[in-house]
Amino acid sequence: MSELHFLSGNEAVAQGVRLSRPRVIAAYPITPQTIVVERLSEMVESRELAAEFVHVESEHSALALVMGSAAMGVRTFTATSSQGLMYMAECLHYTSGGRFPLVMMNANRSLALPWNIYGDQSDSLALLSSGWIQVYAETAQESLDMIIQAYAVAEDVRVRTPVLVNLDGFVLTHTYEPVIVPDQDTVDAFLPPPDFPPGYPGTFDLLRPQSLAVSAGPGDYAGFKYRQHRDMVAAAEPIRDVGGRFAEIFGRGSADLIEPYRCGDAELVMITLGSIAGTVRDVIDDLRADGLRVGLLRIRYLRPFPSEDLRRLLFGPLRRAAVAAIGILEKDISFGHQGGVALEVKAALYDQAEASAPAGLPPVRNFIAGLGGQDISRGQIIAMFDDLARAAGRDGDEPARSVRFVGLEASR
Amino acid sequence: MTIQSPLTVQDFKSDVKPIWCPGCGDHAVLLAVTKALVELNTPREQIAFISGIGCSSRIPAYTNVYGFHGVHGRALAIAAGVKLARPDLTVLVAGGDGDGLSIGGNHFMHACRRNVDMTYVIMDNEVYGMTKGQASPTTAPDWCNSKLTPHGTGVSPVEPVRLALAAGANFIARGFAGNPNDVARLIVEGVHHPGFSFIQVLSPCVTYRPEQREWKQSVHAGQDQPPQLVAEAMHRLASDDGFTTGVLFAGNRPAFMPERKVTASFADIEKKFAS
Repeated sequence: MSELHFLSGNEAVAQGVRLSRPRVIAAYPITPQTIVVERLSEMVESRELAAEFVHVESEHSALALVMGSAAMGVRTFTATSSQGLMYMAECLHYTSGGRFPLVMMNANRSLALPWNIYGDQSDSLALLSSGWIQVYAETAQESLDMIIQAYAVAEDVRVRTPVLVNLDGFVLTHTYEPVIVPDQDTVDAFLPPPDFPPGYPGTFDLLRPQSLAVSAGPGDYAGFKYRQHRDMVAAAEPIRDVGGRFAEIFGRGSADLIEPYRCGDAELVMITLGSIAGTVRDVIDDLRADGLRVGLLRIRYLRPFPSEDLRRLLFGPLRRAAVAAIGILEKDISFGHQGGVALEVKAALYDQAEASAPAGLPPVRNFIAGLGGQDISRGQIIAMFDDLARAAGRDGDEPARSVRFVGLEASR
Repeated sequence: MTIQSPLTVQDFKSDVKPIWCPGCGDHAVLLAVTKALVELNTPREQIAFISGIGCSSRIPAYTNVYGFHGVHGRALAIAAGVKLARPDLTVLVAGGDGDGLSIGGNHFMHACRRNVDMTYVIMDNEVYGMTKGQASPTTAPDWCNSKLTPHGTGVSPVEPVRLALAAGANFIARGFAGNPNDVARLIVEGVHHPGFSFIQVLSPCVTYRPEQREWKQSVHAGQDQPPQLVAEAMHRLASDDGFTTGVLFAGNRPAFMPERKVTASFADIEKKFAS
């Protein structure tokens, strides 16, 4: 029987991990992730979870350690945040290149300097090219559900790619909400066993000794990287399969890599990711009550990037109105250019323009907000939609200012 | 030239109020550092104070010298960079047992053997305080009050002074936050001693390790004459109970930075502005 609990995002992640039965967990505490590994330690202590739990000396060691365990063919878990994720960066590429099916939780937090412990998405966005699948949760429930699904995706032999499950620091990791915790039998039926089957690729097979983590010269290296890319692109299908199967069995979630909200007839569309989507939805309901046709696309998976889904949702044949302007709201900036998510979205739009531009592409505006944990208010989101309306009507909006920092007036 | 009155402890404290818990040993270490700076009688602009990440690593912000709040575990590497670029500066480094011996443990070993002329204070409370009470590398194996290690770590703790000696530190001392005058004296000696000076300060965490209040019963002064030979220091430290205070080793290896040189005098700088 599933049970309803009152949990924080961190605690929901710990529950999702417990139900997934990893064999080895490595932990190094960092705010705002610490509670995840503390709860898991308690679960190991109370024998709710049969796992080896190691308190290691650094994040770099944490990811290296679970890589070693995964090479032995067992399910693992670790979690980190911000500076810790940066310190792991070398091992992020190592693990994805080695095709180890790891799952890691990241509490999205700003990066030093200046030193700041609060939430934004600079950390995971900076490592978008590390070869990890990246998914962003909006709620504690989705966090729990995504951990379970992440194991199913990562370990799928077609995928064999590690998955990073991102939660907004504090806003999601530390706030409480009612969360349905599934029962163990249902999760056991959903997930493969935590010991990979004999002969699972890329793990030690004691009957067929081989060397893992090889070197490759210029002749072979590109082939390895091509296959890594090809399989990451193709992972969209297994992700949909897993999401769809999860929704069928557990009665929530979906197969979508992008989740639309009142978008089919929206003229002004905001694209965002993570927990701020909830506030945007509230604003959309209010603006709709005033007669404005506004909508939301919440990106769940940033890798593999769902370009085709995005183009279908913005320009597809099922739309009931043309999109007049697009906003991208994100908590990061690729210094010297634009927000990281805007770069992703615009690249997908360019491909659309090449394929079949209906009547030119709509204007796109990039809103950079919530850096270093700054709140993003309803009023600010309403002002963003105002900007989009002006951009749509080509009415007094400056296209040159396509990147707009929101909330700077509060900064010194 | 105007005659300046000597600087006081207050001159070396900044306006920032420490956010350490009441009763934390780190308050006394801050006092000891400022007393040492008064004793050293070095102008404030001639001192660089580098730290890592953690409760104790906030200490440079509470002083009135050049401060640098470094990357977690990397204080020693940053400090070496400071000293190599400006050999004329007095370089102090501080941080906790977690920062310096766990995530930064590798740097500790290599800073000892490189022997750059600087003074490193580890404020050791055998716990990660900032993330709310997890075991550090100096935590006893049977301490089971951490949620991450409810049965204790079960692994041998690092003994920082022995590690420093084995790795080649040129000056090794231990102090206790309960005796800030003694810690101040050790810092002064460490700064005067050429090469890499390491000072472990037992600095109780009253929040997560309240039993450390009893440390004041355990600490005892070591012998007056510190050993100058590694073998002798090693022999003494082999039977050390972890509470011997004072200078534990004073070696004579040449420092990585043999000569102190001033890169620019104030007169030169003034000339530049005048032209």
